[in-house]
Amino acid sequence: MTNFEDKPRLDEWSMAMRASQDVREGMIVNLGMGIPMLVSAFVEPEREVMFHTENGIIGYGRVIDDADAVDPNCVNAGGQPVERAPGMSFMSHDDSFALIRGGWIDVTMLGSLQVGANGDLANYHPPGKVVGSIGGAQDLAYCAKKVVVLMTHRTKSGASKIMQQVDLPITAPTCVSRVITDIAVVDVTPDGLVLREVLSGWTPDEVQQVTDAELTVPDDVVELSL
Amino acid sequence: MPVNKVFDTFDAAVADVVDGSMIHVGGFGTAAEYPSYLIAALARSGVSGLTLTGNHSGFSEDQLKMMKDANLGIIKYPDDYVSPGLLVQRGQVAKGIYAFPVLNRGLEVPFETLLNEGKVELELIGQGSLAERIRAARAGIAAFYTPVGVGTVVAEGKEVRDFDGRPHVLEHALKADVSIIRAHKADRYGNLVYKGTARTFNATMAGAAHLTIAEVDEVVELGELDPECIVTAAPYVQRVVVRPATMSTSWETPC
Repeated sequence: MTNFEDKPRLDEWSMAMRASQDVREGMIVNLGMGIPMLVSAFVEPEREVMFHTENGIIGYGRVIDDADAVDPNCVNAGGQPVERAPGMSFMSHDDSFALIRGGWIDVTMLGSLQVGANGDLANYHPPGKVVGSIGGAQDLAYCAKKVVVLMTHRTKSGASKIMQQVDLPITAPTCVSRVITDIAVVDVTPDGLVLREVLSGWTPDEVQQVTDAELTVPDDVVELSL
Repeated sequence: MPVNKVFDTFDAAVADVVDGSMIHVGGFGTAAEYPSYLIAALARSGVSGLTLTGNHSGFSEDQLKMMKDANLGIIKYPDDYVSPGLLVQRGQVAKGIYAFPVLNRGLEVPFETLLNEGKVELELIGQGSLAERIRAARAGIAAFYTPVGVGTVVAEGKEVRDFDGRPHVLEHALKADVSIIRAHKADRYGNLVYKGTARTFNATMAGAAHLTIAEVDEVVELGELDPECIVTAAPYVQRVVVRPATMSTSWETPC
């Protein structure tokens, strides 16, 4: 089997840009660590979205990259300083997770190590570690209305991360509804995985060749556009 | 005698903490959220066999120094930042109840080293269940059912029961002996307000122990804190200590 190493792939910022298309006005959105945190940069301020971070802000603004503007008391869960936006509020950790557990998050975008064909999420326990850190992802995975995963399609060594059956410890069972990778967009449906979008330069068949899980390719599969 | 919960020193405030205590350690992930001076005072006291709860197990002295020097990210690490990892590194911790016991990539934190050597015990728990178990202790709730964790490692050995057709796992309250927390302003009654995202686990842990000690930037006159805005009410807090005007640069200096 070829590795398709010469084929195009989206970088992290482009993956985040694609994911930002799924963020609609009025939504309450939680962005996990890693690639998902980049998504807010592509949501223009006119599109009114409330970003939640589990350490205790609902409605924060842009990530700050100017050291002079940093407020160490206004950071997201990844420790990045964020803007105080009009309409935001701070909350304690138990209140923050009441918001999550209570089902008030419309969509959470999470990084992952593996996703199963049934929507199983395995994102906390890297191979070779004695333990993993489950963090706040578990509550989000069980209780957000929609769970979108942003991850590369394959590991650095070329192994598929979309698995018929995950082989790492799961964070939450059957919770993922969409996977956005560096080459495709795949939906988890009751009938299995459906390939929705394919990056230019790839055919659906080639995406299947680098995917452990079986993909259904509908007639209306489209080119992934940014 | 008027009520006055303000202690003069951090050392005095933790002097009666005994070996084997369970301690809720406030904070989340960055320097501004941690009760650094209370952590340092516990390190100086040498109390051992502790069970610590918190989001993150924390960094060693060398790791913190490296991060301060490297100025990772654009948030500066102040010289008086002490991580709960100091207590782990010094062998004062027997067990950790954490959401982030280890980093999933990169540095090996002291807790991971000791865990691999079989010298500490871990109870892994998701952040939401950890926060609610602590909140429940403050609120007098013995245990609760949550849908989060069913079918995963965190639910192993725990009771599972269906509500509205969905399985839930029974989680028990975590009442500690001591909570050490960081707040912004206090009054002599122990009312607290926080600063931004430093509220996090600090407000959650207030009152979830027999003894809550708050490390604050400032003590203001009684009546000065707006009653509409007080986050933690006085009864939850037993002791208050003010951070020094001049930053301490070594955890070993009595304070």
